[in-house]
Amino acid sequence: MTDLSGRIGFGEVALSLVLVAIAVAISWRRKAGLEQDMVVATFRSFAQLLAVGFVLEWLFVGGREWLTPFVLAAMIGAATLTSGARGKGVPGARAIAAAAVTAAAAATLGVLLALRIVPAEPRAAIPLGSMILSNAMNTASLVMSRLRDDLASHRREVEARLSLGQTAAEAGGPWHRSALRTGILPIVDNTKVVGLVALPGAMTGMLLAGASPEAAIRLQLVVMYMLLAGTALAALVAGALTIRRLFTRDHQVIRSLRRVPG
Amino acid sequence: MGDRFEYREVRVDGDGGPIVDGFSARIPADGLTALVGPSGAGKSTLLRLLNRLDDPDSGVVLFDGRDVRDYDVLDLRRRVQLVGQVPVPFAGTVLDNVGERWEELAERVGLPAAIGSRPADVLSVGEAQRMCLARALGRQPDCLILDEPTSALDTASKAGVERLVRSLADGGLTVVMVTHDPRQADHLADRVIRL
Repeated sequence: MTDLSGRIGFGEVALSLVLVAIAVAISWRRKAGLEQDMVVATFRSFAQLLAVGFVLEWLFVGGREWLTPFVLAAMIGAATLTSGARGKGVPGARAIAAAAVTAAAAATLGVLLALRIVPAEPRAAIPLGSMILSNAMNTASLVMSRLRDDLASHRREVEARLSLGQTAAEAGGPWHRSALRTGILPIVDNTKVVGLVALPGAMTGMLLAGASPEAAIRLQLVVMYMLLAGTALAALVAGALTIRRLFTRDHQVIRSLRRVPG
Repeated sequence: MGDRFEYREVRVDGDGGPIVDGFSARIPADGLTALVGPSGAGKSTLLRLLNRLDDPDSGVVLFDGRDVRDYDVLDLRRRVQLVGQVPVPFAGTVLDNVGERWEELAERVGLPAAIGSRPADVLSVGEAQRMCLARALGRQPDCLILDEPTSALDTASKAGVERLVRSLADGGLTVVMVTHDPRQADHLADRVIRL
């Protein structure tokens, strides 16, 4: 079996910039105004991945396993900042994001390691952690922003429910539920069509690296189930905490969520 | 009879400065009291303080002589029912919205009981506003707080809702109503507070 991983040098990477040029050309011709973003993204991806590559090379050398929790913590920090920014307008958005991604990562990685499904090595924990964190991050962002936007745009109905004596949890319930669905559905759909529409990342990587398809699918199944649980957990935590912060203790919609009429 | 509500030196801040500032007024327990003022005068804001959808930034609001914040907020809201300017029907039928005492309440607000099985979102605005009043009355409140209850209605349904509001006040409910229309306030209310 050909192992592609050894075949790609920096010369090949440079050649693949042709593909970036295509995207830039499309944006320029169609006046989408994304050329600059694309170039910045290309350079950022290069610099970031290069740096990560060095760190991982160094980390995977034996004797440095003890650093794994710190690496995961740094990743949680980055995910928290990104998701926290998306939850702008939700008080304490950053803390909510931190709780959601940490819960998702700790629970799923914890189960995988405790049941010895994957070995407690940086080579397993870090890539799996990154997958769970990036998914949990997106989910937390979606749930927070969706709840914030829905409660703001349905403020009349929410307050009509409060006025009838419903609690904040009851009054926000319909939108809480739909935000959870919004956060979890993409991963459920992905899990349903996996292999039919797209070959997922972990599996693709293993195939390209020369592993047997059978080994690749086993890992991919574990990854999918991990993502399902992690996403659901992230949505649960983000949803519950967001609802709590968008209402006061006295079951009032927080002021910043409404434009007070005259 | 004593005061049902009292505003004492109430200030509510908005994004660009106070919406109301230093507002004081008494609202007796009997009859219909109208708050009248131009749009932007803070009328809706003042109503929202009565059932604690909002709290003043300074000053106090009293309900039966006690600070509204001393009541259990859910109990306060049950007793002080606020109905907004635009009717907000919830998903489901009229019956789902109003609850088990629908037939009695339908009669009280002047709706035919037969529409109970209809989806609430197909009602006309006038019918929906009456349904919202029925929904509020179903909580057996002591007070009814109405924010421009007729501004979304056409002339014919407006007169009907006005008569209904008047009859509720005559039936012993404390009714507080906000309107931008001084004429409506004068012909409907027992007393008028101008902003």
